Amino acid sequence: METPFSQALEERMQALMARYPARRSALVPMLIYAQDEVGHLSPAAVKRIATLLGETELAVREVIGYYSMLRTEPAGRFHVQVCTNISCLLRGGDELMEHCQHRLGIANRETTGDGVFSLEEVECLGACSWAPAVQVNYDFHQELTPERLDQVLDAYAARAKAGAQ
Amino acid sequence: MTKPHPLETRVVSRRFDQPGAHTLAGYLASDGFKALEKAFGYTPDAIIEEVKKSGLRGRGGAGFPTGMKWSFVPKQSPRAKYVLCNADESEPGTCKDRLILEYDPFAIIEGMIIAGLAIGAHRGYIYIRGEYRYLIDRMEQALQEARDAGYLGKNIRGRGFDFEIHAHTGAGAYECGEESALMESLEGKRGIPRLKPPFPAVSGYMGGPTIINNVETLASVPPIIINGGDWFAAFGPPKNGGTRLFCLSGHVNNQGVFEVPLGFPLRRMIEEMGGGMRNGAKMKALVPGGSSTPLLPADVAWNLNLDFDSVAKTGSFLGSGGIVVLDENTCMVKFALRIIQFYRHESCGWCVPCREGTSWLQASLTRVHDGGGRDADIDLMRQVSENILGRTFCALGDAAAMPTISILQHWRQEFVDHLNGKPCPYGAKTSVAAAH
Repeated sequence: METPFSQALEERMQALMARYPARRSALVPMLIYAQDEVGHLSPAAVKRIATLLGETELAVREVIGYYSMLRTEPAGRFHVQVCTNISCLLRGGDELMEHCQHRLGIANRETTGDGVFSLEEVECLGACSWAPAVQVNYDFHQELTPERLDQVLDAYAARAKAGAQ
Repeated sequence: MTKPHPLETRVVSRRFDQPGAHTLAGYLASDGFKALEKAFGYTPDAIIEEVKKSGLRGRGGAGFPTGMKWSFVPKQSPRAKYVLCNADESEPGTCKDRLILEYDPFAIIEGMIIAGLAIGAHRGYIYIRGEYRYLIDRMEQALQEARDAGYLGKNIRGRGFDFEIHAHTGAGAYECGEESALMESLEGKRGIPRLKPPFPAVSGYMGGPTIINNVETLASVPPIIINGGDWFAAFGPPKNGGTRLFCLSGHVNNQGVFEVPLGFPLRRMIEEMGGGMRNGAKMKALVPGGSSTPLLPADVAWNLNLDFDSVAKTGSFLGSGGIVVLDENTCMVKFALRIIQFYRHESCGWCVPCREGTSWLQASLTRVHDGGGRDADIDLMRQVSENILGRTFCALGDAAAMPTISILQHWRQEFVDHLNGKPCPYGAKTSVAAAH
């Protein structure tokens, strides 16, 4: 059996497929958890999921293309997602997005040369009453100012540095 | 943990300040599963009757009476029935379900089991937006605890009733909060809405009779069963039973999520709970119930009572409970553009008026905001919006058109002030980021 996934993830996928009256129902969760482990939905990941479900790769890709969290290209180790939707807009979301672009030296949907950070302007994160908000990977950072965001990004940069040593 | 504001009436949020209420032990120590015990003594019809009596209306946005929705499910069905919890909270301005998922996940589980008893379903799924990963993990943990203690699975608590629930992650799609699109997504497909009828109560997930309710709606069920429908109904005005979580955001001093009885005066929420307008500015506009609801000018909003029928009288909606306050320094053209940018991004592309209409509106609003607009653009945008309205498979098209029409109507002069090369009077530095 050829798989790009760990044993634990393979087992998890089997468990996911058993939760539903039809295993195809598990597709979106399988894609998300595969992306979490691999970093993106690589051709090997797509192929494996298609095989597990008995679907064509095309059917899987068609679904990937619909969901904004799913990606077929790698992102940075820390994916910085800045909400600029209405509640965040009124509390400085645009300024945070601009601040990130300057500090990281990249535009929306780009990754830094060292692969540590990627940046994305995103739609409402569900943090409206704690706006403005940024999500880094799955972690929420709320009620931010450019200064507080700097501290947040400093901490991630330090983690990347520690990890590289 | 969130401490209650003195003006709050905490029913659904009563465990938000109880440490450990998200664990089974903590839940049981705080009346947990008492409603289920009681519901086991009721017939399915009696459960539905109690929910009808409570006046509970859907807390996701549409405000449909919950008991009536449950009563539409056929008693006999050759196909399996399902209970779905819509935890895809994505309506801009809305962040309340997140708190219920975080502080009181067992209330959702208990509400779903009771719903299962009422309609004769044995399986449920909680569809949680993918960005709420920590809450999906927390819910999985709560479900496992419930399973281990015999509150889920075969023969629940020895009462001869089987019910299983799983959490299910989304992957970033506003449209999947629409009930039929959610079911498509739950079947492992693109989240495209279905043509209705048939409605989910007849043919939903996997073609089986399905009820789908918002997180807050389901979490309201246990207190209704414990205390009775009349008790819940008495909190609000007629036909607007109960309390509700409101998410206050925007230009107020203290943003926050507050639970108050329906009919609560907006003015008190802003002044006393929100600490008044930020920087002493004046209110210009209000989003009463999430980004899809028509905006109200300050003079209308100021005297508003927060219940379904009062807001409907103003031509808007109580919607999802997302209240966004805009002060006098807000550029309404920019605000309209940001709303449309969102709906254009989230339009699934299935039907033409929504897909094309939102794209053209974004292009026109960008042009006007950047100073390149012509006199004819204002009526053109109005016309495009009105041609989306009511002409789409699902409510996303309306959700894009309604706020746009209201802004064009109430703040037309602001559009005029941007026309023919004039810079944005509010000095907005950048136009909204390019489409992606």
